[in-house]
Amino acid sequence: MYIKNDPSEATQIDPLEMPALCPGAMEGSNPWVASPDHQASCGFPGELVDNWQEKAIEKMGELLTKYRSLKVYLDSCVKCGACTDKCHYFLGTGDPKNMPVARQDLLRKVYRRHFTLAGKWFPKLVGAEDLTKEVLDDWYSYFHQCSQCRRCSVFCPYGIDTAEISMAGREILDHIGKGQKYCNEIIGKVHTIGNNLGLNKNALRSTLEGLEEDIEDDIGVPVKLPLDKKGADILLVTPSADFFAEPHVDGLIGYAKVFHAAGANWTISSYASEAANFGMFIGSYENMREISLRIRQAALDLGVKRIVFGECGHAWRVAYSFLNTLAGPFDFLDPRYPVPQHICEYTWDLIQEGKLNFDKSKNDHIKLTFHDSCNVARATRMGDKPGGQFEIPRAILRTVCNYYYDMPEDTIKEATFCCGGGGGLLTDELMDLRKKGSSPRMKALQTVNQEHGVTHMAAICAICKTQFAKVMPNFGFERDSILSVHQLVSNAIILEAPQDDE
Amino acid sequence: MLTTIYACLFYVATVVLVVGFANRIRQFATTPAPLKIPTMPAPTTKTGVAFRLFREVAFFESLFKANKWIWVFGWVFHMALAVVLIRHLRYFVQPVPEVLALVQPFGVLASFAMVAGLAGLWGRRFVVERIRYISRPSDHLMLALLMGIGLSGMMMKFVAHTDIVAVKAFFLGLMRFQIQPIPADPILLVHLTLVAVLMIVFPFSKLVHSAGVFFSPSRNQVDNSREVRHLAPWAAKLEADRAR
Repeated sequence: MYIKNDPSEATQIDPLEMPALCPGAMEGSNPWVASPDHQASCGFPGELVDNWQEKAIEKMGELLTKYRSLKVYLDSCVKCGACTDKCHYFLGTGDPKNMPVARQDLLRKVYRRHFTLAGKWFPKLVGAEDLTKEVLDDWYSYFHQCSQCRRCSVFCPYGIDTAEISMAGREILDHIGKGQKYCNEIIGKVHTIGNNLGLNKNALRSTLEGLEEDIEDDIGVPVKLPLDKKGADILLVTPSADFFAEPHVDGLIGYAKVFHAAGANWTISSYASEAANFGMFIGSYENMREISLRIRQAALDLGVKRIVFGECGHAWRVAYSFLNTLAGPFDFLDPRYPVPQHICEYTWDLIQEGKLNFDKSKNDHIKLTFHDSCNVARATRMGDKPGGQFEIPRAILRTVCNYYYDMPEDTIKEATFCCGGGGGLLTDELMDLRKKGSSPRMKALQTVNQEHGVTHMAAICAICKTQFAKVMPNFGFERDSILSVHQLVSNAIILEAPQDDE
Repeated sequence: MLTTIYACLFYVATVVLVVGFANRIRQFATTPAPLKIPTMPAPTTKTGVAFRLFREVAFFESLFKANKWIWVFGWVFHMALAVVLIRHLRYFVQPVPEVLALVQPFGVLASFAMVAGLAGLWGRRFVVERIRYISRPSDHLMLALLMGIGLSGMMMKFVAHTDIVAVKAFFLGLMRFQIQPIPADPILLVHLTLVAVLMIVFPFSKLVHSAGVFFSPSRNQVDNSREVRHLAPWAAKLEADRAR
């Protein structure tokens, strides 16, 4: 920790500090364009098609008939300005096109020109514009400066969700042959291999066996991480980053210990070895559906009774909100449990039943806060009450940690900030954007660091964890100041060593 | 001649408003929402959703969370407009029900609140740099139109009274297809012209937000995706390829 614990300084940091407007500040921010192979693997044309203007308008027209959200949101904005200071990328960059309404207007002005009377007859009056090369470039740049975190939608009087707009924008870009490399390459890997990392079955098996050895060396208890175990009760679907990235893997070890303590018969599937679903980032129902169907297939093949998801933000959105739609009905699973369940719901249920024992002092070197991952907070639920997605992870953390402090109220729960790397932006060429976009969250962390001496922040999203590990050093924190929620569970859980071996 | 022009204007404006707005609502209602996207935390029952929408429409709950200045100006304007509109019903019914007579003094006061709210909203378009950046000419014109309607109406109440009995006879006549003469009072004619323009642009402008708020999936969906399978017709067709 570099920052001194000095309460007098805390008042000087304002996570919501308004930047000066800097038009064009981020117009040069562009992710790499997908290669023809990446495009083909998702079913899109390899490169920018000749009649791209015509095709883009045609696709927009199609989406307007398929998505009520798009139609209502493009029509309903009154430019009241409520959203203008709500986006972390705007707060971090000052670029006015990162104000949610201005980002929407990039699409809305073309919509008005082609699909509304006012825009056809009086384009100047209503700000309608043709789809020129400049507008297309703006689309590519600024629809990849939205992490689809939905913070703007909380504050919009009509609930306009810029995520829906940037998803539609990316869907159009994909269909005219200008996709984004990071997302489309990853989606291709899931379609062919089963996870974002391209980790095949053998590599996965040896990774899991390695983890089993590590755990046994560490605590002397033979905790297992079964793979493709037919007849298991629980299928765990977790982001593939959990298999080796830090601090993700410590979370995976935590899930395994919880399953072990509960005596659960569980398994990971090599066929559906990915919880994340990048099909959502690019607004592609078809790709999202195909990825989701792998989970259904794995559940059927392995004959499980329940599906539990690991710590992953957007994954939990697709799982909680969309999985039943995309790959349901799950009438072949045990009806006593919701489908799917979050690992935090699973663990919290066990805690309430008194089935887990903890030594909280094992986490006494940590003063903790919790980062509500954007998509968990604003696009999902946990438990049976609205807001359970905020309460359950905190309840777990308070069970396993003695020192817990929340960040300022206007930066957590439904008003939480994105980590700065969500929505398909977690790629190195966007590092400048990622650092700037993380600043509101990092400033909020600095305030609790100064007020309460908070040393660590826990999260339940693979993207958040990777992003924070990367950007934290820029804000005075060690890169290992970001932790998995189940890593803290793992630290504190008490497992019985086997009584009598052999 | 004047009477004929205004009679035609109001018949056209009414048809455009009703047909145009109904058509817009039909578009919103018939476009499927293929995925569950309520902004969470969201209600888990339909009653809860109705309550959420009520809070949104009656109190501008989300706007209140967002920005207190915009909320104050916007809420005051909308509520005052509602009272003013109710007060105006007296010109379309004969005899005037007692309830409407009771509203009368509040309606007169509300006109000040309405214009003040509009002035606040308009001022922000000039003063706040972020909102200046997102404002288009049509955003200013819409405020000018509403302001013009409000001010011309107040002129007739507080400065130069028009022959309101004749105006009422004109509108009651329109409703019965028996055209009565309209007073040739310039302020009245400005007021009525602006109202007709508002009715005509309503279905083709951002004023459709009045319907949009009820059709916004992030506000009107129930949080029950794990319990109830939600499937759009076009998405159901994709399932033909599914083996099991």
